[in-house]
Amino acid sequence: MALVAAVLVLTACSEGGRVKDPDTGDGTAGDNSGYTIAMITHETPGDSFWDRVRAGAEQAAKNTGVDLKYSNDPDAGKQAVLIQNAVDSRVDGIATTLVTPDALAGSVKTATQAGIPVVGLNAGIDDYRRLGVSMYFGSDETRAGTAAGERIAAEGAKHPLCVIHQAGSVSLEARCEGVRSAVPDTENLQVNGADDAAVVSTLQAKLQQDPSIDYIVSLGAPIALDAGKAKESGDSQAKIITFDLNQETAQGVKDGTIEFSIDQQPYMQGFMAVTSLYLNLKNGNDLGGGEAVLTGPSFVDGDNIGQILPFVQNGTR
Amino acid sequence: MTESLVAGSPNPLSHRLFARPEIGATAAAGVILVFFLAAAPAFRSGGSFFTVLYQSSTIGIVAIGVGLLMIGGEFDLSAGVIVTTAGLANSMFCWWFGIDLWVGALLSLAFCLFIGFVNGYLVMRTGIPSFLITLGTFFVLQGANLGLTKVVTGSVTSPDISRMDGYPLLEGVFASNFDAGGVTVWGTVLWWLGFTALAAWVLQRTRTGNWVFAIGGSADSARAVGVPVVRTKIGLFMTVSFLGWFVGMHTLYRFNTLQAGNGVGNEFLYIIAAVVGGTLLTGGYGNAIGVGIGAFIFGTTSLGIVYAGWDPNWFKAFLGVMLLLAVLVNLYVKSLATSTRLLRDSPGKADDA
Repeated sequence: MALVAAVLVLTACSEGGRVKDPDTGDGTAGDNSGYTIAMITHETPGDSFWDRVRAGAEQAAKNTGVDLKYSNDPDAGKQAVLIQNAVDSRVDGIATTLVTPDALAGSVKTATQAGIPVVGLNAGIDDYRRLGVSMYFGSDETRAGTAAGERIAAEGAKHPLCVIHQAGSVSLEARCEGVRSAVPDTENLQVNGADDAAVVSTLQAKLQQDPSIDYIVSLGAPIALDAGKAKESGDSQAKIITFDLNQETAQGVKDGTIEFSIDQQPYMQGFMAVTSLYLNLKNGNDLGGGEAVLTGPSFVDGDNIGQILPFVQNGTR
Repeated sequence: MTESLVAGSPNPLSHRLFARPEIGATAAAGVILVFFLAAAPAFRSGGSFFTVLYQSSTIGIVAIGVGLLMIGGEFDLSAGVIVTTAGLANSMFCWWFGIDLWVGALLSLAFCLFIGFVNGYLVMRTGIPSFLITLGTFFVLQGANLGLTKVVTGSVTSPDISRMDGYPLLEGVFASNFDAGGVTVWGTVLWWLGFTALAAWVLQRTRTGNWVFAIGGSADSARAVGVPVVRTKIGLFMTVSFLGWFVGMHTLYRFNTLQAGNGVGNEFLYIIAAVVGGTLLTGGYGNAIGVGIGAFIFGTTSLGIVYAGWDPNWFKAFLGVMLLLAVLVNLYVKSLATSTRLLRDSPGKADDA
C-alpha cells in the first residue's frame, strides 16, 4: 500500500491529465416552477451524442426550474412503455424521440388524450404531426445528407463511401440516401460500431478493395476517428467528413484531418424541447408555426471551428 | 453422436493424437481462404492478408482464454466488456489523478484479474452455472463502464490520454506495428501467435493442461483423482480476464479514447471462434491452435466479404453462411478422422460413428 502511495506521489502530475479548474457552476438556477417534464429517448447507452441532448435538457430544466425525468430505451416497445409510465405518473409535459413512430403512436395518443402536451425531438420529422405531437426539434436526416453530398460534390467527390455503424437504422440509411442523391456513385458499408478495431480493419479492407474511394462519410463522431486510423494504415488519399461532433473530431476539423462535420446540435434539441414545453405550460406558447424547428444541418469546418471548439470541449456542442 | 463419443472417451491422449480438434477447422479455413482468394481480387495481397490477421488477432487473443475456459467446462460472458473495462480503468484513473499511465495499466491488470477471480470464485462457491454468474458480471461491468465514465468525464467517452506520461512506452508494448517487406504487421498478431503457442504448450505438455481437460470432462471424477478443481477453474477465469485486459490495453493505446459502451457482443465472437475451432460446448475437448484457426476463419470471413465488395446489407447473412460452412466442413473432416480412428481401434464400433 505504501509502495503504491509512493508511486502515485512520484508519478503525479502527468501531462495531459484532468485540468483541475475551479467549479464555476452552471449559471443561476431558476425558481422551482413546479412542472415535471419527462424526456424519453431511444438512446443506446454509451453514445456521446445523447450526453449532449441530455446536457441541454438538464440545463433548460435548471433555467426554468422544471423537474426533469429522463429515461431511455433503444427498443421501440419498451420506449412506448416508458411514455405510458410518464402518462400514468401524470407528468406535466412529455418530450420524446419518434424514431419508430408507429410503435409509439398508441402511447403518444394516450398522452395527448390526457391533455399532456407532447413535443418531438431528434427523430420523427415526417410523422410527428400525424401522431398529434405539437412541436418538433431536430434535423432532417435526408436533407442533412443531401447538404453534405452537395458540398463534397462541389469539392469534386466522385465515389464516396458512406459508413453505416448500426445495421438497420432508418436515420443512418436516410443520411446515406441524401449523400447519394447528390453524388450518385455513393457506396454504403456496414461496420460493427461497437468495436473500434473491427471498424478500422473493415474500412482498411474496403479502401484496399476499392482505391477509387475519394471520400469517407462517417455517420457518427467516433467512426470518423477510426476512419482516420484506417486511412493511415491503408495508404489511402480519401478525405473524411463526418456527422456529429465530439472533442476528438472537433480537434480533427481544426487540424485538417477531417474536412468538416455536419452537426445537428443535439444540445439545442434537448434544450429547446424542455424550454418550449415550459413556455407552453406557463404561457401557452408554441414554436415553429406548425413547422418543424430544424437544429441542423449546421456545418462545422475550418472557418468556424475556432469559435465552436471550446463549446465542444465543454460538452455542450 | 460423434462428438459425445469423443468427449466421453476416457483416454484424452489418444484422441488428441488421432483426431486433433483443429483438423476440421484447418480444412475449413483452407476452403474459405481459397474461396475468397478466388472471389475477391483485392484479397490477393500481402497487405490484405495482414489486415485479416490483425482483425483475427483482436478477436483471437481473448478467444484463447475463452477456449481454454470452455475446455474446462465453463463460459465467460463478461469477456467482451472486460476489454473495455480494462482500458477505461487505466485511462480514467490516470487522467483523474494525473499519474503515469503504466501505474494505471498495472492497477487495471490487478482489477481485471480480481474480476476473473470473483467470477471463478462465485461459480465454484455457489455451484450456479457460469453462464448465469458471468451474465451478471457482464451487466455489472456494462453498467459500471457507462456510469463511471459519465461521472468521471461528464461524457460517455474516455479522455484522450495520448499526451500523458508513459504513453510512448505503453503504445510500443501494446499497439505498435512495423513494416515487413511493404506490409504493415501489427504487434498484436505476434502476441496472438505467442499466446496461442503458449496455451497450446500448456494444454498438451503440462500437468495443468491435463487438469483442464479433466475438469472439463467431469469435474467430479477429476476431483476424485486429486485434481485441484477449484484452483484450476479460478485460474482459467483469470486467464480470460488477463487476455481481456491485454486487448483492452491494445484498444486504449491504439485509439487513445474509448467509447464506454463498446465491447458488448464480442463475448459471442470469442465463443464462436472457439467453437468453430473445434472446442466442444460441453467441455473437455478442444485445443488452442484450433481456437486460433477459428478466430482466423472469423477474421477472413468478415473482411473477405468486404474485399469481395458484396452488398453490405447482406453482410450478416454472408457471415452466417460462411460460419455454417466452416462448422460443416469442420464436422465432416472430424467425422472422417474419428471413424478412421474407431475402425483402427475397434472395428466393431465403426457403425456407431
